[in-house]
Amino acid sequence: MTLADFKYSDVIHRCFRCGYCKFPINWMDVNNCPAYARFRIETYSCGGRLWLTRAWLSDEIDWTEHLAEILYSCTACKNCEVKCPLRFNADILNMIVAAKSEMVERGKIPAAVKEFLENIQRHGNPYGTSRAKRAEWIEGTGIEQYHGQDLLYYVGCVGSYDTRAQQSARVLGKVMQKAGVSFGVLGNDESCDGNEVSKLGEETLFEMLAEDNIAQFKELGVQRIVTLSPHSYNAMKNDYPTYGGEFDVSHYTQLLLRLVRDSKLDISRGFKAKVTYHDPCFLGRWNAEYEAPRAILHAIPGVELMEMERNRDGSLCCGGGGGNFYIDLLGGSESSPARRRVREADETGANILAVACPTCLTMLEDAVKAEELEDRLAVRDIAEITAEACGIE
Amino acid sequence: MDSVYQALADIVGNEHVSNRPEELYIYSFDLGTTEPHRPDYAVSPRTTEEIQEIVRLANRERIPVVALGGGLSLAGLAVPFKGGILMDLKRMDSILEVNERARYVVVECGVSQGQLTSYLERHYPYLTHSEPGAPPTATIVGNLAIHGQGDLAQPYGFNSDMVNGLEVVLPTGEVCRFGSCSIGNSWFTQHPLPDVGIFLGWLGTTGIITKASLRLFPCKKIRGTGQFVVEDERLVPEVMYKLSHTQMVEDIVAYSQAIPPFASGLQHFTINMAADSEKELEFKQEIVFDDTLGEYIQRGEGGFLGFTRGLQRPQVSKTSDWRKGGGFEYVGSIMPVEKYPECYRRGREISERHDIPYTVLGRCIGAAHAMMFSWTYAFNRADPETIRQAKEALHETDDLALELGGTVWKPGLYGQKLVMERLDPNTLNLMKKIKQLLDPNGIMNPGNWEVG
Repeated sequence: MTLADFKYSDVIHRCFRCGYCKFPINWMDVNNCPAYARFRIETYSCGGRLWLTRAWLSDEIDWTEHLAEILYSCTACKNCEVKCPLRFNADILNMIVAAKSEMVERGKIPAAVKEFLENIQRHGNPYGTSRAKRAEWIEGTGIEQYHGQDLLYYVGCVGSYDTRAQQSARVLGKVMQKAGVSFGVLGNDESCDGNEVSKLGEETLFEMLAEDNIAQFKELGVQRIVTLSPHSYNAMKNDYPTYGGEFDVSHYTQLLLRLVRDSKLDISRGFKAKVTYHDPCFLGRWNAEYEAPRAILHAIPGVELMEMERNRDGSLCCGGGGGNFYIDLLGGSESSPARRRVREADETGANILAVACPTCLTMLEDAVKAEELEDRLAVRDIAEITAEACGIE
Repeated sequence: MDSVYQALADIVGNEHVSNRPEELYIYSFDLGTTEPHRPDYAVSPRTTEEIQEIVRLANRERIPVVALGGGLSLAGLAVPFKGGILMDLKRMDSILEVNERARYVVVECGVSQGQLTSYLERHYPYLTHSEPGAPPTATIVGNLAIHGQGDLAQPYGFNSDMVNGLEVVLPTGEVCRFGSCSIGNSWFTQHPLPDVGIFLGWLGTTGIITKASLRLFPCKKIRGTGQFVVEDERLVPEVMYKLSHTQMVEDIVAYSQAIPPFASGLQHFTINMAADSEKELEFKQEIVFDDTLGEYIQRGEGGFLGFTRGLQRPQVSKTSDWRKGGGFEYVGSIMPVEKYPECYRRGREISERHDIPYTVLGRCIGAAHAMMFSWTYAFNRADPETIRQAKEALHETDDLALELGGTVWKPGLYGQKLVMERLDPNTLNLMKKIKQLLDPNGIMNPGNWEVG
């Protein structure tokens, strides 16, 4: 592909590299692009990526592993899109994803990305763990296989395989059981939702995953889905309809808020803690859901909610999006976005960092350890906080 | 292994130095029309000490060093024309001190305008600085170094007049401090110590400013912008003079532009005002809009377009996308206010000759002691012909600025050449001596202010 064939050839030169994309909403610093915050060198800014993409497609520079890492370090957090004041801002991230797609087409992607995609293709998850182990998290929970209940509880890869995220997946199941929700899971029949695959530019694999999942959901008669992960929520809500998958999709915080408001959950035991909440990108900036998680926390007796300076659409990504929870191009430094984020959480004086995403949960919990903050800051999923308020062990 | 690369990596760490094509490509560009030149290394130091070591290394190895702040001068001032080490200073981003009662802030050289604006709003809402209207990534120190101006220029002058002290790494690696901080006191004043004045306006050719103390000013509770318009450009100097006489406005900007077409040919004013109470605001509005501008309205020569509360700070600029092309550059000049009409007419002619919608602006500096007058030319980065047109227009405008009796502000290479051709020979000779004394190996931002 040449620049002329690039889908965004008429737009990509319009980035001036003014740098608005690096800021949070309140302009407090230039660290709200997670990749730029990590490396603080212009190539890793959104503008840098766009200019490099144009240069690569124009043969001004050659493809290198480093160029690929620069592009794949983008977590698709959408901060750039929110902050760019220009009319083409809706295409910024699409341009970066399209550049990744071109790298996929040419077979020139970082080894970790290749492994991530291959694992999903072979095993339905990025970890390369057997499909037969996907349902292990369910053991002992009494959670049923989906057989036509009201809701399909879609857990996703991180919740199914990551040890820490499995805990929140189980707890959410218990909360829904306690509230009398009629739901079931797919267990070993569940496969990757494809959200990260899409953001990594592997369009064909994404289409395959989306179509297979949609076919399976339809065959089972699924109409309503609740997801543990905002990443799954995003794919199923925004992308699946393109492939004929029209489902009523909720993120679990939206469901829990309804259950609390409808008095289906007794949260009177409360949760006495100073809590700060981290907005996941695929719930917040991608889907504008900022209030449901906060409303739950506000409703729980004892919770003292303290906002970080970066919140809502100015939130700092944990660095796990765009497959980076696995390919890990942003880790290994005190400048890593997750470590920056937990330091910010700590600065609020909160002792609980609440999350609503299994990827954020694992990224930020690791960061708490790396920052040696375990004695004063714990990362808890909102499902876990709700469970405790309900008296669920 | 490249020994210079290794030495740089030893100084700043492997992650903050690169000689890879991607970084060399990105750092070869200015955002205006200047031709790119690739550095040999890109490096991003975090401390003054690291900068010292890099400069010493560069001196030893006779390698050019080009310091980069926000990279938004648009005049190619941080393009590594002769290769060498491109030093991205944005990691030096700490706000070191705010002295609320003495109204100053000490910042490292990578602190951005947006960062300081946000910091003051959140922590010192009664203090503000003169923000230049550049994108918020523009750095405080970069703006000082080019004698920038901001939205407090009318009462307080150039931003570089607001410097209380500097820390500079000299081209030979020594660190010098200027102002009260140099005798071990706080950073509260630049005066009355001997004025060395050799780092501002020199475009990074005499040293790298690593810290600066900047004066802050009272920030009143209510701030807003009044809009006024006249048709006759000859009225602009008089209006500016009268507005500045009131001593009740914070910023006076006159502008005219081809787009939107209905406003083409009109001279618009934005007049920033501030007050701590409704009573104060009402009084000032009466003095400014009724008593001062009322006569123009009564004669049918001017119109009041309203007052909007709240300032957009940092300003959001969309100029770069006017031609859907991601590019613009302007010639800024420091000009007598009385030259506004000619600046406007002649600038419009240049724009129209080059088929570029005209955009001109004059910001009052001080009590109408001067104005910064700019002529802006948008181009399409994907269309070399529009870049060529803009470049030609820019060069013609550099000539025009000097012809009309102004000086070129933050001149690019072409403008620098024009200025040096006109400089008093003794002044030029002194500049040469200073440059040779400070930078014997000519490593600092070579290509700029090449006095000999």
